[in-house]
Amino acid sequence: MTTTGVAAIAATDIHKSYGTLKAVDGVSFEVAEGEFFGILGPNGAGKTTILEIVEGLREPDAGQVRLLGESPWPRRIGLLPRIGVQLQASSFFEKLTAREQLETFGSLYGVGAARVQDMLELVGLADKANTREDKLSGGQRQRLSIACALVHDPDVVFLDEPTAALDPQARRNLWDVLRAIQARGKTILYTTHYLDEAEILCDRVAIMDDGRILALDSPAKLVRGLDAPTRVLLEPGALTEAEATGLPGADEVHSDESSLTITTREPAKLLSALAERGSLAGLQVRTATLEDVFLSLTGREYRA
Amino acid sequence: MSAFKSLSMAMLKGFYRDKATLFFTFVFPLMFLVVFGLIFRDAGSEKIDIGVVGNGKVIATLEQSGLADLQRFDNLDAAVQEVRAGNLPAVVIEQGDQITLRYAASDQTQSRIVSGLLDGVVGAVNQAETGQQPRYLVRADQVEDSSLKAIQYLTPGIMSWGIAITAVFGSALTLVSWRKKQVLRRLRLAPVGVNTLLTSRVTVTIAIAIVQAVIFIGVGLLPVFGLQLTGTWWLSIPVFLCGVLAFFSIGMVVGAFAKTEEAATAAANVIVLPMAFLSGTFFPIDQAPEWVRNVSNVFPLRHLNDGVMDFMVRGKAVDALLVPCAVLLGFTLVMGLIAARVFRWEDS
Repeated sequence: MTTTGVAAIAATDIHKSYGTLKAVDGVSFEVAEGEFFGILGPNGAGKTTILEIVEGLREPDAGQVRLLGESPWPRRIGLLPRIGVQLQASSFFEKLTAREQLETFGSLYGVGAARVQDMLELVGLADKANTREDKLSGGQRQRLSIACALVHDPDVVFLDEPTAALDPQARRNLWDVLRAIQARGKTILYTTHYLDEAEILCDRVAIMDDGRILALDSPAKLVRGLDAPTRVLLEPGALTEAEATGLPGADEVHSDESSLTITTREPAKLLSALAERGSLAGLQVRTATLEDVFLSLTGREYRA
Repeated sequence: MSAFKSLSMAMLKGFYRDKATLFFTFVFPLMFLVVFGLIFRDAGSEKIDIGVVGNGKVIATLEQSGLADLQRFDNLDAAVQEVRAGNLPAVVIEQGDQITLRYAASDQTQSRIVSGLLDGVVGAVNQAETGQQPRYLVRADQVEDSSLKAIQYLTPGIMSWGIAITAVFGSALTLVSWRKKQVLRRLRLAPVGVNTLLTSRVTVTIAIAIVQAVIFIGVGLLPVFGLQLTGTWWLSIPVFLCGVLAFFSIGMVVGAFAKTEEAATAAANVIVLPMAFLSGTFFPIDQAPEWVRNVSNVFPLRHLNDGVMDFMVRGKAVDALLVPCAVLLGFTLVMGLIAARVFRWEDS
């Protein structure tokens, strides 16, 4: 059924309600083969429901899903070996070691032991192979559950908030794993509530809120489309407010006890003026992020 | 490895790597077997105590009969004193041809036994004095093979109880914890049939039950307990297997309804424990009041227990398989259908 050029995932006008709550309210998107696609939004935005519908765990009230050219609902055994799903809770067999988890999941797909070693190395758990799941740290468990999702070499990988509840170091380690997966040519559909992370990892993102997609594009295009000013931050007292306002390119000046902030649409001009004056102490340059995109789309601050 | 084999292995490892589960599967029921087995070891073989004063043919014959433990007294007063104090049911005095029985009217059952015993002995001695062959002879034979010994009903009872607990708890807790931890969801997303999941759990449950049975019977057979198996003991195997299936299916129903492990444990206890007390696990059901016997007929544990006992220690023939196996399989079928209807992959 699937040929090159056909989207790995195509969702058309998906609706799903729980009682009176509209969890998903008319969502459409396509994910190309080999693409790293992120669904972003705060908790309760409907990300997980979308994921579950595309995976075939839930039936949409309305709308159509094509996963590798087929409808994932009702449960289609032939489709399952081609998808890999990492779940939000780390769903492991009790009391089994990391290696045994992978062997057990692998055997469900008829996968041999060589693949298990490969997976352990991919997620950096080779030295934890004989550690039981309950003795692994949060980050290690997340990586193991990703390995379990990949053990049968699926074409499409679903990751539901893989970096949630991880410390910054563990998050960064996981990013490397995710990049390595993409480098193997997998299509990745992933949810997160970390906008900064999505900006770094994803080819394209869909920003969701209240069950709808507010924007869908590459992170760079979304930010550029915002046409937001750049903010230049300096140490307080580096300049007086009056001096700052007089600088070329400065649009707005605002100061508080921690910093002096100059807003500009011509950062090149402003920065060279500052350099000439030798007033670069504590310099920080902030451009718009996906959080600003979210703010402009919803009119409220982004809170994960 | 096939999916069936690896799922079975995963369940088995989860089982034997959990110390608490091992304890409740093997040690806990075994404790009951050992404690009750030791307490009731001599029950049923107790002999009656009789005081004796003097000497002669009657007392000698009484002693040879081995039916009573004799306590000798030098004088009558001391012996009567013991009877009066309630330490002895009766005292027999033999002086020449004169035989006297002094008994405690407060303990009528015992003193009547002594009186009957003494009548018999005196009759036998009188008959022997005539020098003729006795015309009538009584030949007494026990109906059961040492069925009075407690270990004979304790072993099948506690074994049935033990496998019932393990089958219910094992299947219910696997179902609940796998659903809660989303292992079921993960399996639902893998190319695995529900049947594979079910058969691997049944296989593991049966394997554990067999190990339990071997251990419990093995301990019962130790000389200190002295369990004796009858010739048809192997016919208890089909009853045993039907019983494991019946309790497995109960566990599946409990597991489908319960949302947490705690709820499943409580529900399983509420189901199995009263059943154990009313089904002859700890005491023979024949001695229970009639209403208890009637009520207990609805319990699968009663039929498992009875069925296993019929072959293991009562030596019944193959036709006694029909009732327990039919009841247990019928139970499995009904529970299995309910479980299939209420089964959920995940908490909604």
